[in-house]
Amino acid sequence: MTLTRRDVENIAHLARLRISEEELPAYAGSLSRIIDFVEQLASADTAEVAPLAHPLEDQVQRLRPDAVTETDRRDLYQRNASQVEAGLYLVPKVIE
Amino acid sequence: MSPHLKSVAELSRGLAAREFSSVELTRHFLARIEAGNPRLNAFVTVCAERSLAEAARADAAIAAGGAGPLTGVPLAHKDIFCTEGVLTTCGSRMLANFVSPYDATVVSRLAAAGMVTLGKLNMDEFAMGSSNETSFFGPVRNPWNEAFVPGGSSGGSAAAVAARLAPVATGTDTGGSIRQPAALTGLTGIKPTYGRVSRYGMIAFASSLDQAGVLALSAEDAALVLEAMAGFDERDSTSVDAPVPSYRAEIERPVRGLKVGIIREFFGEGLEARTGAAVQAALDVYRRLGAELVEVSLPNLALSVPTYYVVAPAECSSNLSRFDGVRFGYRCEDPRDLLDLYTRSRGEGFGPEVKRRIMTGTYVLSAGYYDAYYLKAQKVRSLINEDFRRAFAEVDVLIGPTAPTPAFELGAKMDDPITMYLNDIYTIGANLAGLPALSAPCGLVDGLPVGLQVIGPHFAESRVLAAAHAYQRETDWHLKVPAGWE
Repeated sequence: MTLTRRDVENIAHLARLRISEEELPAYAGSLSRIIDFVEQLASADTAEVAPLAHPLEDQVQRLRPDAVTETDRRDLYQRNASQVEAGLYLVPKVIE
Repeated sequence: MSPHLKSVAELSRGLAAREFSSVELTRHFLARIEAGNPRLNAFVTVCAERSLAEAARADAAIAAGGAGPLTGVPLAHKDIFCTEGVLTTCGSRMLANFVSPYDATVVSRLAAAGMVTLGKLNMDEFAMGSSNETSFFGPVRNPWNEAFVPGGSSGGSAAAVAARLAPVATGTDTGGSIRQPAALTGLTGIKPTYGRVSRYGMIAFASSLDQAGVLALSAEDAALVLEAMAGFDERDSTSVDAPVPSYRAEIERPVRGLKVGIIREFFGEGLEARTGAAVQAALDVYRRLGAELVEVSLPNLALSVPTYYVVAPAECSSNLSRFDGVRFGYRCEDPRDLLDLYTRSRGEGFGPEVKRRIMTGTYVLSAGYYDAYYLKAQKVRSLINEDFRRAFAEVDVLIGPTAPTPAFELGAKMDDPITMYLNDIYTIGANLAGLPALSAPCGLVDGLPVGLQVIGPHFAESRVLAAAHAYQRETDWHLKVPAGWE
């Protein structure tokens, strides 16, 4: 097995995912199989190869005028939030 | 002929000739959805009232002489496309209560073309899956045999159109999510060139791969709808600013003299024998039509699945970090503190496959592993891209199977992610290289459809559609209706 339970706990923490004790062994198993599977990439000779991040190589990001194009729709957007008050999103207290 | 057996092109002619109204058509499909959806679970949301209002507006436009070719034709959207005022779930508990405050560009363009939205279609959670079994709203069933999966992730789109609950549907394709379900349900599905269709309002999975497209009954229908969807959109920074040709007009181009590359690597071990035979029979049709067939090799294609399962999870782990339980989406009960709010909202809001992919992505991007996995995968992606480039210097299109087998039974591949991932072995290459690719039905194996895949160079959607259209003029696989859904 490539990944231990401890590794999965660490990855889950980095990804801000709560994974229960009972689920850890199954994730360690399936994630290890996936990592073992992608290890075959090592067989490719890529010494002289540039990485490809975007399928249309010559495309560049466009610039646009720095002008306001969006209107204030806060009330509408906040209808999808669990907890709002006076136009603010509420979360548990951060500073004691 | 019952309206649900007609193609989009035929419905368009029927509406123009006043054989039926859009309201009548919409009622007909709504009734079929009501009767048939409990068996298939293809729809997450049905917009009955809204669609009838849109149909009435379409009828008024037709009466006033202001109708386009798609005015009044119903369709349904994959639930990954934001639809203003309508639940947009992405197949996830995370968004089970999300009512979109705006329309995706795909939705607004098709509405502007006069199309009527019947509802929103089930899908694998966040488009991660090849069987539509990862949806929070339960699996979708294949109308050809309800014990079998419809493919994924656009499984609801595929099942709805195959069962004639909707004349056409939108889908998205990150690693085969339009083509594989189209193949498994006997439909024509096209993923256009990366950047051809706007992704504004299309919930992101893997941004260097995601592209929107169509699942339809024929290449002609796919051409008609794609033409209305495609085009530049300043709200999507990856949208390509190039004119959209008339796909509908250009698909009439004959295939005589077309140079067809047969991908050697697609016909090896792993391809189920009768699926391979059906694809070979389709190649004979192309020979008969005067196409020139040559074998080509894409030696690095064998690495496309491992490349994808580094690149896609890496991008998804980044894209899905926006779901934090604060501004929208699922929030856990009684969070202790902010960290607890984040981790439990995400832990409870995402299903197992999505969590697995987020963690795979987090791992391959983490310090010490980035070079070995993510950078390596991007380099292999270059090699695969180069393979395609070399092939298209020799041939006009590439043809092969879409999926290695016909549909499999529900539950058959849920225990092992690698087995599930290998379903996309023939489709992932086109996503890695950003190429337009289509699946068209080319046979039945034990009563289940199999698909033929046509891949073209960048922006050769017309050529790919024309190749499928020529085949469909010679064959009737695309006209087959699953038993019980006539």
